[in-house]
Amino acid sequence: MNLFRNVVFVAAIAGLVAGVVLACMQAYATVPLILKAEVYEKAGDGHHHDHAASTNNNATSSAAPADNAMSSAAPAPAEAAAPAEDEGWAPADGVERFAFNVVANIVTGIGFALILVAASEFAGGIGNWRQGVFWGLAGFAVFTLAPGLGLPPELPAMPAAELLPRQIWWISTVAATAIGLGLIAFRKSLPLAILGVALIVAPHIVGAPQPESFETAIPEGLHHQFVVAVTLTDLVFWLVLGAVVGVVRGRFTGTATSLRDSFA
Amino acid sequence: MNTASVSLGASVSSQSRLVQLALAALLGIFVVGFVGFSHIDAVHNAAHDYRHSMAFPCH
Repeated sequence: MNLFRNVVFVAAIAGLVAGVVLACMQAYATVPLILKAEVYEKAGDGHHHDHAASTNNNATSSAAPADNAMSSAAPAPAEAAAPAEDEGWAPADGVERFAFNVVANIVTGIGFALILVAASEFAGGIGNWRQGVFWGLAGFAVFTLAPGLGLPPELPAMPAAELLPRQIWWISTVAATAIGLGLIAFRKSLPLAILGVALIVAPHIVGAPQPESFETAIPEGLHHQFVVAVTLTDLVFWLVLGAVVGVVRGRFTGTATSLRDSFA
Repeated sequence: MNTASVSLGASVSSQSRLVQLALAALLGIFVVGFVGFSHIDAVHNAAHDYRHSMAFPCH
């Protein structure tokens, strides 16, 4: 399993670096807009977190039986503990919330890096930081641009279709775009390239699940700002991720012809 | 030991190579899926800002 271990090692470094970079960008660019939108969410109280609320009871009863027992015995203090939201545990605003966001960024950064490194190794591997930038662009196109066309980044309190169909459309679009790009880039055949384009276009002809009404309390300017912020921060994240993979992997393969010999 | 020298796992047979890369990709998909798509409330709330900031379907 020495290849697997090396892939994980490269991905861990790249994901850590890119995740920290993304978390810092989010702290300035996207999270303040989310906090602003939550003011509208709380003021409007209406539709927010319908889905989460309906599954809430199951999750809390299995995750925190002690809490549940306490709340059934003494409902008043339990309600006082969580006045605004009835959705189970959530990090407290401020440092705790920021810290969890950093952790989420690093963990998924490593996850994305694993996918990127594994996919690029099939194609011969990312040799240097410039190749990495192009692989990062591909990752950005696959994981942000393509699904974002049908399901633009959304703020809390914005109307949206049922969660599960949207997740299925998102995952299908990512898969189809990745396969399509791969066919165009790595199969030197016109029919396969055309098939690749068709795969990239198809999810958008099918169409993403849309809400019944787009009416929202969120000002359009705020949403637009958020879409720009998300798209740009994700772009930088993918470029950094690809470039760092290129650099780290270059160090690996540059210092020893056989990684098993150097790292076993 | 004399396969391509510019590979992350220089001395690995091609079949084992395929399996290991597939495993790594699956692990990555699992990690991203768990943080970004899990319906567990605590996971959703912990990664809430991240999900919005990555334009994952949320709420």
